[in-house]
Amino acid sequence: MSGRRDLAGRGGVTAPAGVLVVGASAAGLATVEALRRGGYPGAVTVLGAEPHLPYDRPPLSKQVLSGAWQPDRALLRPRDVLAALDAEFVLGDPAVGMDAPARSVRTASGRTLRADTIVVATGTSPRTLPGQAGLAGVHVLRTLDDALALRAGLLRCARLVVVGDGVLGAEVAATARTMGLDVTLAGPQRAPMASQLGRPVAHRLAELHTERGVRLRMGTGVRGLTGARGTVTGVSLDTGEVLPADLVVVAIGGDPVTGWLHDSGLPVDNGLVCDSRCRAADGIYAVGDVARWHHDQLGTLLRLENRTNATEQAVAVAADILGGDRPYTPVPYFWTDQFGTRIQVYGVLPADAEVTVVDGDPETGRFVARYRRDGEVTGVLGWNMPKQARMRRQEVADALAASDSASAAH
Amino acid sequence: MKVILDQDKCVASGQCVVAAADVFDQRDEDGIAVLLTSDPTPDQADDTRHAAAVCPALAIQIQE
Repeated sequence: MSGRRDLAGRGGVTAPAGVLVVGASAAGLATVEALRRGGYPGAVTVLGAEPHLPYDRPPLSKQVLSGAWQPDRALLRPRDVLAALDAEFVLGDPAVGMDAPARSVRTASGRTLRADTIVVATGTSPRTLPGQAGLAGVHVLRTLDDALALRAGLLRCARLVVVGDGVLGAEVAATARTMGLDVTLAGPQRAPMASQLGRPVAHRLAELHTERGVRLRMGTGVRGLTGARGTVTGVSLDTGEVLPADLVVVAIGGDPVTGWLHDSGLPVDNGLVCDSRCRAADGIYAVGDVARWHHDQLGTLLRLENRTNATEQAVAVAADILGGDRPYTPVPYFWTDQFGTRIQVYGVLPADAEVTVVDGDPETGRFVARYRRDGEVTGVLGWNMPKQARMRRQEVADALAASDSASAAH
Repeated sequence: MKVILDQDKCVASGQCVVAAADVFDQRDEDGIAVLLTSDPTPDQADDTRHAAAVCPALAIQIQE
């Protein structure tokens, strides 16, 4: 799955491109597609750190990990569709620096790429535990190569410990358990995904995992990894307990990939900081997991690590490059599939929200819950009721718009 | 314009209905997308293209 790598000469300075997209995953590719759909006629270059053609990440922790899909099925577009975009893909060559005023990007191989407009779409990279690098059998999951390495481990090993109780940790635990492994999930929250789902629904998710045989060790920090002869043997918890393991997945979140921007003068603080147009500086934008932009309706800087934001934000940035001038104010949305249960979330679900079931019945395994704080709707969650949850998305959109006009009135 | 929907790829996110409610709907029982028409009118074309663009499962193909 390698791309057209040799179109920009190594070590040389290529002719200025109209738009340079740094990052060849969902957000980067969607930016290019939206530019072309909008009639952008200029040159477009996509710079990717990985050698692969653009692929999709949500299937990595599910279908690719389980083996239900061959890796190629995770490609975002077939080759002929990519070729029709008339964009140059420079792959396997990470960006290592940016000269923001000159709008040029330096790469690991020594290329310098210049453009009128730069779109930063470098995503996040997984956090790791101290001592992790020197131990075999410890995995992270962000890239396709990570997923294939972890799958090989799952096929070979019997006892998995997942460190981390967010979306990724819960999904990996569910996939591995479905594959027949002995699985323990450990994390500091009281239930998996508690900060994303609120406590009542996270409790239900904990029950689902327990029913399916996942061992939960919740409410405890992880002290570190234990090993013998260079291979992991377990995970030691703050409680003193050591969970034996022949395979460990560390899923404790990711950090925005902004190290390469450290001397660019651009504002970096938990992501590339942008205005309401997702603009970090004149002619420089950010999209996807790396972008921390000002959501005017929420009245705050926001960084969303989810698949639909990658695409929606790319569409908004492309429109701005083409001369539109509108703030990006999405209704945040994510979904997760675990043990055949499909959870979908619109808006935000604060821990102190009042949660009301508004459709279905939790006892039947299908329901929609509405989350309110101070009487205002903040979010809607569907549990195996995708359509019914989506039909209440407008309640979240209306509440966002109302808070926007309320703050504008002040 | 012709719209092709791959229900096997669909992840029931409903983003297509948000983008183009005259062209897409979802099944009541599992949220999988269904086409209300595979032949959108010219004034539905932009919304339909947007729906294909924002589908997180890449389940919508457009033939212009």
